[in-house]
Amino acid sequence: MERARCLAVIYPELEDRLVVTIMGACAQELYDLGDRDNFFYLQHAMGLASSIGLGLAAHLPDERVVVLDGDGSVLMNLGTFATLARYRPDNLVHVVFDNGSLLSTGGFASQTADGTTDLAAVARGAGIEQVASVDDEYGFGEAFMEALERRSLSVIVARVRATGPDHYGMDLALPENAFRFRRWIARRRANAPSHPPGNAP
Amino acid sequence: MPVSYENSKTIYRGIRDAGVRSISALPETWLGLLLQRAEDDPEMSLIQVAKEEEAVGVAAGAYFAGVPHVLLMQNHGFLAAINGIVSLAQLYSVPLCMLIALRGHWGEPYPWHTRGGIVTEEVLRALSIPLSYARDPVSVGRQIAEAWTFSQSSLSPVALLLTRDLMED
Repeated sequence: MERARCLAVIYPELEDRLVVTIMGACAQELYDLGDRDNFFYLQHAMGLASSIGLGLAAHLPDERVVVLDGDGSVLMNLGTFATLARYRPDNLVHVVFDNGSLLSTGGFASQTADGTTDLAAVARGAGIEQVASVDDEYGFGEAFMEALERRSLSVIVARVRATGPDHYGMDLALPENAFRFRRWIARRRANAPSHPPGNAP
Repeated sequence: MPVSYENSKTIYRGIRDAGVRSISALPETWLGLLLQRAEDDPEMSLIQVAKEEEAVGVAAGAYFAGVPHVLLMQNHGFLAAINGIVSLAQLYSVPLCMLIALRGHWGEPYPWHTRGGIVTEEVLRALSIPLSYARDPVSVGRQIAEAWTFSQSSLSPVALLLTRDLMED
């Protein structure tokens, strides 16, 4: 399956979530589906998307946080699974798109390429209980919806092909993205009491 | 030399008085008593990471969430966190208020700390991270408040270096 198709499947569910995505192809594909103020594109600092997600989830228990990660990035910060398991934010869904490749930095094979390293097993071994491995769009969509519905830290490892967009570029300066993201959260928190009951997860 | 109980208490009070309600940390000897206080404080959120670079991400998340946050780490942890500091905090103008235990400096008896201690200030300067040394329990509270304020106004990482004079009795 293709990551872009997976993103298209879950895109409607991301409307009022706090979404943190890694750099490169994943960021571009999400942006191309339709940029939103509640999206933060981590265009560098590989490995830290899930750490940002933890910081968001731990401090905003009424929000749902979705991290869109990749094998190359998460391999740079495997300790994140252990830290997530330790604090178990029940409002965090951590998606790892595993294409076995450092696609956005040159297409080199990653440690998951030949199946030697199983990131789902790493997550389980770190102590995360809800871990799904999927390799088709239907399974991915179902795993994602289940993860959103349950109140429990969830990791989804989605095996995807090593393909990306044929173009790169966003009309969004990086600090602007940070300011916008923070402002979206602040406004939402300010308006929180007026949200109809049941709107919050 | 034992870690200073009184000065750890003073530093923790300084963190609280600065309005900070969240800490990310990797524990080490000098920070142990401080982190114990954070753990026992129901109004403080404490996230202990496996490696210090994670704390940069956690701090960014706390900043986006609007929760005042500081990072506690050893200087070797700061050295391990540099890409996150550069390519998340500085690249995106995310403030970081870092309280850094300065091991391997004046009076250091342990050889393994020394190289990190010798280069810490120069690395901070190379990264244009404003720094100050905390040596005196009388002024450390004010220094923490100032470090916090400056990180927020400059949208930048700042470092307060916690020295042996302050951390050991």
